[in-house]
Amino acid sequence: MAANDNRHHDDVTGTDTTGHEWDGIRELDTPLPRWWLWVFYATIVWALGYAIAMPAVPLISSATPGVLGFTERGRVAAELKAVEESRAGLRARLAAASPSAARADSELLAFAQAGGRSAFAVNCSQCHGSGAEGRPGYPNLNDDDWLWGGTPEAIHDSIRFGIRSEHDEARSGDMPGFLTDEVLGRGQIDAVAEYVLSLSEGSTDATLAAAGKPLFAEHCTACHGDAGTGNKELGAPNLADAIWLHGADKAALARTIARGRKGVMPAWEGRLDEVTIKQLALYIHTLGGGE
Amino acid sequence: MDAKAKEVETLDVAPVNRGDQRSLYAKRKKIHPKRARGAFRGLKWGIMAATLAIYYLAPWLRWDRGPNAPDQAFLLDLPGRRFYFLFIEIWPQEVYYITGLLILAAVGLFLATSLVGRAWCGYACPQTVWTDLFIAVERLVEGDRSARIRLDRQPWRGAKLAKKLVKHLLWLAIAVLTGGAWVFYFADAPTLLGQLVVGEAPAVSYLFIALMAFTTYMLGAIAREQVCIYMCPWPRIQAAMQDEETFTVTYRSDRGEPRGPYRKGDGFEGRGHCVDCRQCVAVCPMGIDIRDGPQLECISCALCIDACNEVMGRIDLPKGLIAYDNGANIQRRDAGEATRFRPVRARTIFYAVVLVLVGAVMLTTLATRATVELNVQADRNPLFTRLSDGSIRNAYTLKILNKRPAAVVFDLEIEGLEGVDIDLVGADVSNIAVPADRLGSFRLLLTVPAAAVRDARTPLVIRVTDRESREAATSDSQFRGPE
Repeated sequence: MAANDNRHHDDVTGTDTTGHEWDGIRELDTPLPRWWLWVFYATIVWALGYAIAMPAVPLISSATPGVLGFTERGRVAAELKAVEESRAGLRARLAAASPSAARADSELLAFAQAGGRSAFAVNCSQCHGSGAEGRPGYPNLNDDDWLWGGTPEAIHDSIRFGIRSEHDEARSGDMPGFLTDEVLGRGQIDAVAEYVLSLSEGSTDATLAAAGKPLFAEHCTACHGDAGTGNKELGAPNLADAIWLHGADKAALARTIARGRKGVMPAWEGRLDEVTIKQLALYIHTLGGGE
Repeated sequence: MDAKAKEVETLDVAPVNRGDQRSLYAKRKKIHPKRARGAFRGLKWGIMAATLAIYYLAPWLRWDRGPNAPDQAFLLDLPGRRFYFLFIEIWPQEVYYITGLLILAAVGLFLATSLVGRAWCGYACPQTVWTDLFIAVERLVEGDRSARIRLDRQPWRGAKLAKKLVKHLLWLAIAVLTGGAWVFYFADAPTLLGQLVVGEAPAVSYLFIALMAFTTYMLGAIAREQVCIYMCPWPRIQAAMQDEETFTVTYRSDRGEPRGPYRKGDGFEGRGHCVDCRQCVAVCPMGIDIRDGPQLECISCALCIDACNEVMGRIDLPKGLIAYDNGANIQRRDAGEATRFRPVRARTIFYAVVLVLVGAVMLTTLATRATVELNVQADRNPLFTRLSDGSIRNAYTLKILNKRPAAVVFDLEIEGLEGVDIDLVGADVSNIAVPADRLGSFRLLLTVPAAAVRDARTPLVIRVTDRESREAATSDSQFRGPE
């Protein structure tokens, strides 16, 4: 080759040049280190083997499967299965235990709290809030005021069957609209609202509250009780405590009496498995307000 | 020239790693360090024996920590997330002790370097110790410098093949043992040794033995001085710690120059004491000539001092032509002044003060180290919950760290909240137990009557007290109420 005519010996390095020259800069003919070359060949061999053993060549809708049949999805599925299997014992025990019995078992409780926390975030937080703090119309699950009862069993049933849901065993209570049903007039509703406020010492107009008392006794005590303390069989809230699901001011109260309230909680039986529902019940029970 | 007429043989040896002869593009020129004999060689043997003994034997030391803790004096328990150093047990959140230790080591290194140059490099650095060991093995198998040079020139046959094979097998054995000792720091040494022998140790143990064996063999036996010259950052940094008063391995040019060959019976009138025998170059494991002055490649191993002293002894000149000295003293002697040793300088005072300060801080924190720790996290969502009777409840997550090797029952107190009701979910307030050496996590509920909640934020202190030892840990937090 013509280029080789330009080869000459470089005294500094003791090496020949390749004969290539650019702007007076000559390229030394330094061979790649032997170890580097062997590593390079090894990677080629490895790559060939890898392409045969593992999914490698992209096709139109998939890739060559590789003789080992490995897939990332398969790996994830195997990992999930392993986790499921490692929990099988606890799941079986939780499925067999009653909610209260599981609440008393510290191992089952820890399992339920961990599972319930993530199940709550996925299924419940949309309405009840990520901290179960609730919002108007959606109860706060941290407090000790329960419309349908706060024992592990009662919470468990509320989740399973729902409230005013389409489930056959759904919890159901009816707060009618006294104005829409034309039972009470606006003035009377105002008086009843004032009386209800007076039950929790929130009234500012004693005369009006006194006027509301007989109306309350006539129309409300059947569900809310003589003292307005509610009835968990019917989901009738305690009106004498400090907690108001739909707002603590008189306007919200008057609206409730006038138009009624029919909040719905869906039934989770059939959507979530039995163990997850039990985990949710125990998680909510341990938020602080459980009975 | 008749060599026998000379008292001292002049060796044909070139300082191949002398800075101006070294090219990044040139192949490495092999160094065949000659054996040195003398005080510094002895010191280096001693330090090698001590450091290797520490490295190989430390994992086998036992230290009784009671029934719930391992009895290995030095153990880095990675799966259990604990480091054990004699009486000290370090938890993951206490890595700052290790940071402190590293700072101490660094400042100690700075101080030593500013006093006597690269003492670490020359005597105690693992690279130096292992290279020294590998060279000693090489000398054992192949003979000293001249025999090795002859052997390298021979064709690859018979005795040469056998010698090289034996040498590399011995090197590999040392390398594997080095890797083998490494893994014992991470598991119970006797148990792991048994597992290793029968092939049942964790795969990661074998992997690390192989990895450490490979690096030991490559860096210590094959690469040798190239690690110090090309790979290690310390030679570049160390110049910042040295000054003209730093004592380091120095050729006393004021006494040695002008150098020249010496024949028996020659006088030393009008010439220097250096007889240009190049013994100092022949023994140098770095392949340099100390007479070129201070240079990056010099690791201060002081073997040239031994070599020169031996020659000086033979020709009846005082020792110490090469010695721990410095350029400032050469200038002083040239000016007719006395040699001075000035260890107390602003620089060394500063390093010493930092060393003492860091050491004092570490000792204080170590001595007053708590065996109980408390971390409190207040629930942020919701900030507070109103209960049916109007009272306000806040929820907290308590994490109580029990570093004692025994189960501990804690008493819980809340300071700063009047009329507070304390409750724990799933635990009894009067019996808060945390197992030995574990973290206990609890959900704490504090309830305060509505009338007592005056501010949106009430500062409070949560205190847990070890019922037996009365050691307490506190954490500041807040009680949140409506605005």
